[in-house]
Amino acid sequence: MVTLRLENIGTRYGKVQVVSDVTTPTIQPGTVTAVIGPNAAGKSSLFRRVAGLAKGDGIVDLGSHRKERNTICYMPQDTGSTAVLSVYESIILAAKQGSSLRVRADELARIDDILAALRIGDLAARNLGELSGGQRQLVAIAQTLVRDPKILLMDEPTSALDLHRQMEVLSFMRDVAKGQNIIVLIAIHDLNHALQYCDQAMAIRNGKMVAFGPCSDVIDSDLLRDVYQVDGHVELNSLGHPHIVLRGPSDETNSRHNTATARKTLTEVAQAAQ
Amino acid sequence: MTTNQLSIEAGSVHYKARSLRRFMLLLAMAGALFLSFAIDLATGPANYPLSDVIATLLDPSSATDQLRVVIWDIRMPVALMALTVGAALSTAGAQMQTILANPLASPFTLGISAAAGFGAALALVLGVALLPAFVEFIIPLNAFIMAMGTALIIHFFSRMRGVTVETIVLLGIALVFTFNALLALLQYLASEQALAAVVFWTMGSLVKATWTKVAVTAIAVVVAIPLFARQAWALTALRLGDSKAESFGVNVQGLRLRTMLIVSLLAAIPVSFVGTIGFIGLVGPHIARMLVGEDQRFFLPASILCGALILSATSVLSKLLIPGAILPIGVITALVGVPFFFSLIFASRRKSW
Repeated sequence: MVTLRLENIGTRYGKVQVVSDVTTPTIQPGTVTAVIGPNAAGKSSLFRRVAGLAKGDGIVDLGSHRKERNTICYMPQDTGSTAVLSVYESIILAAKQGSSLRVRADELARIDDILAALRIGDLAARNLGELSGGQRQLVAIAQTLVRDPKILLMDEPTSALDLHRQMEVLSFMRDVAKGQNIIVLIAIHDLNHALQYCDQAMAIRNGKMVAFGPCSDVIDSDLLRDVYQVDGHVELNSLGHPHIVLRGPSDETNSRHNTATARKTLTEVAQAAQ
Repeated sequence: MTTNQLSIEAGSVHYKARSLRRFMLLLAMAGALFLSFAIDLATGPANYPLSDVIATLLDPSSATDQLRVVIWDIRMPVALMALTVGAALSTAGAQMQTILANPLASPFTLGISAAAGFGAALALVLGVALLPAFVEFIIPLNAFIMAMGTALIIHFFSRMRGVTVETIVLLGIALVFTFNALLALLQYLASEQALAAVVFWTMGSLVKATWTKVAVTAIAVVVAIPLFARQAWALTALRLGDSKAESFGVNVQGLRLRTMLIVSLLAAIPVSFVGTIGFIGLVGPHIARMLVGEDQRFFLPASILCGALILSATSVLSKLLIPGAILPIGVITALVGVPFFFSLIFASRRKSW
């Protein structure tokens, strides 16, 4: 059974250190972890480092599990493609990397099952170029699941989906994690969804992990202010679920930031004039 | 639930049907290629009856010396050269388009053919050997080294940050102009005899084909095909974008470099033997893509067959257009092939890139 523990994980993008000293407790199988943080916080870089796609420092500890080709699967953010390939072919492509050119009947059956579970069977014969952003994300999820990962790193898998599909996919991923006893990490911007569908959260800011724990412990007014620069708090809604109430951008941070920017600009202008 | 089951069944059934259709298309192309090859053997300035040609093919010892020489030593190497050169150039173009994610990529448009022609001209005009150890293979080796160098320049340039598809094409155009200018300079300096030989490169012609040249080109194709076939899934995955391919476990940089090296071999060898035939490497893969899509298990054989078929059919046309004369094949590929290609693009309602 696979577990995941990160120890002093770091990586660079060019010469810039984008992730540093990320150390987590042991993440258990059957759990979904939300990886949260503002844009450019280092979530994608962390995922790429954990998946072995980016070099860097630290140890990715899988417990007693031996790492194989598809043990850790990374699902990158959607980029689109001009390839003349059908959805079905693109999923076969994900499943067959590194193996024989012949596609067996049981492999086709497995793809059928995954398409059915994601309710995208009707897209199978469509060309990739004809899909909407949301449809592409669902296909990308199928491409990742077909590889049968033990640890699944999903980079904003719901960003292009409508509200109904977002909830459906997150609920589905939670079922997959529990049903197949795998570890799922999801980079996500919607903190309410993180609270509702994820077991725990890892907050990242400026490439460093600033919090890790149960979602209700990590996502609070301090996190909103310190990591996202917004004022707000978490309260229970009428269904008894934790829910974020936002008041707006944090005034203090906002004004400080604006004043600093304005002052710098004026100084630059003065220097340029001289 | 019933509707869903139906659509899902349609998905996998559709995939199998599509695969079968593609397989049949490949068989049809192979059949057409065999037919074109046969016609290529049967036609020529010396108008022998078809029965004599067939008899000479089946039993060379029964034919007259003249007939045997014409069929086996002149027409056969030319017809086989058309197949192997067409296959090599089209495969090279297909994989360049794949690894550079660029529909305009081909040995000709990115300057690899021009570089090879310049390398050959260096040997012909100045007698310069880029690899002095093998002077007897000076022309093909010069062509190969220049082609390889250019392919590597394009490869490393394409890996630089901020380089887009458009800038690679611009680099290719710059390389074409540079090597053409250098070639013109060599032509200016060349003796009359050397000049005639250099002009041969720029036109492209199969008539000087020999069994040795056919064998070398065929070996290059036969070596390259299994190397590409082994990477069929990885090469197809490249078309989904680097980040997606990487996430599937493909070593993108390594695959690109290995592919570019094989491509430069496939592009350089034909050019060193038959001159610059520009059209095949660009269009062969596009026609293949329109017919069978980009799954390399179908796309690679389709590109090979398309390239071989186009050049073989062009070889026939070059003999038939003006009876008694053989026009340079490089001229015919462009004059006949380009309108044909455009008619395909306009006729096809499907997206082909």
